Amino acid sequence: MPSGRPFRVREWLEREAVFSWLMLTPPLLFLLAFLGYPFCYGVYLSFVKRNVAQSGTFVGLGNFVTLWNDPIFWQAAWNTFRFTAAATVLKLVGGLAMALVMHQNFRFKGAARALLLLPFIVPTVLSTVAWQWILDPGMGLFNRGLMFFGLVQQGPSWLGNPTLAMVSIILVNTWRGLPFFGITILAGLQTIPADLMESATIDGAGAWARFRHVTLPLLMPVIFVVTTFSIIFTFFDFQLVYVLTGGGPANSTHLMATYAYVISVTSGQMGLGSAAALAMVPVLGVILLLMSSYVRRD
Amino acid sequence: MVGELTWFRRLFGLWIPMAALFVFALFPFAWMAATSLKANAELYDPTSNPLWIKHPSLVHYIGLIRESNFFVWIGNTMLVALVATLISLLFGVMLAYPLARMRFPASGLLALSVGVAYLVPQTLLFVPMADLINRMRLGDSLNAVILTYPTLLVPFCAWLLIGYFKTVPKELEEAALIDGASRWRAMTRVILPLCTPGFLSAGIFAFTLAQNEFLYALLFLNSSSIRTVPVGVTGELIRGDAFYWGQLMAAAFLGSLPVVLIYSFFVRYYVAGLTAGSVKG
Repeated sequence: MPSGRPFRVREWLEREAVFSWLMLTPPLLFLLAFLGYPFCYGVYLSFVKRNVAQSGTFVGLGNFVTLWNDPIFWQAAWNTFRFTAAATVLKLVGGLAMALVMHQNFRFKGAARALLLLPFIVPTVLSTVAWQWILDPGMGLFNRGLMFFGLVQQGPSWLGNPTLAMVSIILVNTWRGLPFFGITILAGLQTIPADLMESATIDGAGAWARFRHVTLPLLMPVIFVVTTFSIIFTFFDFQLVYVLTGGGPANSTHLMATYAYVISVTSGQMGLGSAAALAMVPVLGVILLLMSSYVRRD
Repeated sequence: MVGELTWFRRLFGLWIPMAALFVFALFPFAWMAATSLKANAELYDPTSNPLWIKHPSLVHYIGLIRESNFFVWIGNTMLVALVATLISLLFGVMLAYPLARMRFPASGLLALSVGVAYLVPQTLLFVPMADLINRMRLGDSLNAVILTYPTLLVPFCAWLLIGYFKTVPKELEEAALIDGASRWRAMTRVILPLCTPGFLSAGIFAFTLAQNEFLYALLFLNSSSIRTVPVGVTGELIRGDAFYWGQLMAAAFLGSLPVVLIYSFFVRYYVAGLTAGSVKG
């Protein structure tokens, strides 16, 4: 019999690494199969020319060259950038204002918070259909309001004019995402110790100085995290545009996500569509890197 | 004098901005409800007040229920969201517990890759995912989305739960181990019960995400009887270029109700989940 203690399963299981890997393996296998594999396959597809019901042929960077020469792809990229930038700034400013207003003592604060979060809870497709009706040129709420107050003779076609359609998708995205910013920044505000504010007041700081030099610097970490999250989800937004405008009129509201979908599904060019979707990753990566380096510099 | 000033400040600093926020956030719901409760004659009468209902009518709700599978879609949505949430919570715990509480090689790398999963666009995944679903012969069944939604939800749940598990002191676990409990017992009897609020937060958050999902449902659920609410509404209630606004708004209103009801019971946990990552850092 070998010397030392016999091997025991129980002791072996008690080792941190063994226990950890036994726990981690099933979810990791699941994620590898349903996230890792599709990702690698998607990357592979972007180097392949493959149409519906055909096997693919390897074309190297051919799909990316095609996209580079495709004016609609550039328009979609520019739209995605404008849409993300405008909606993020609006949500951030509006959310900050919402948080400051709500960071006061008043009755039914919990109920107010719950109600103001509703746009963020309700399924996007359903609220977007409601917005489509609000923006309807003939009988929509917006144009009837404009006509009621005598501001216009005939309301504009919100979703039929390229500029107004872009304004509309930014507005709807802002409406939906603003409460997320507001409630999260409010939670950040509540962590700022009250005595810090009191001592600033005693030192003679006015409301604006307190906001600029005490509140805002302490909120920066929270603002950074919500903004990062929001940029990721706004950048990848699909359903809002798919439902509200379908990318029109004349591609003026196509985002990279909706354009990639159209190439893959409507035109059936899956390789090219995958390339368009993959192109989003480095663009988003650069935006996030720029943001984090800007924040670190401060 | 002081009282008047406070009153003035409350009005302009609190009540007026608050009213503006409420109008901005909630008017689309009022408009949904008002539209859905009017018969077409009143709905499309340009002289009537759009936000007022003169002759309430349930005609659009009756039409919706008679002419579409609306309640089936609601049932499908709830079923899919519930099962996907439970799977995601289970996998989320299995990932988060070791990553938050154990020391072992490669744990940092794993935690990072869970975070990176956010940066993969669904539009890149859906073609390979459709291939995979077809090869597993799950096409056009609810299983197709029950299986794919967790790929969107597990990273969220794991990320939220890692933060939660880290707040429980390590001494609790050590004490249990010294008392002779196995790691498994220490986890299931000591640590996990303390984290119930974290499960509720992650669960309600995952649930709202799952019932909102659109792209995979659009691609994988083709038969009317297995659709979820979002794809049912866009696929069947919007018929060509003709919009049946009364029925659509009835669908939007009814379709929002279940999730709003569930959310109303768990608001506290939802807000905790929403703000957890950003506030704790």
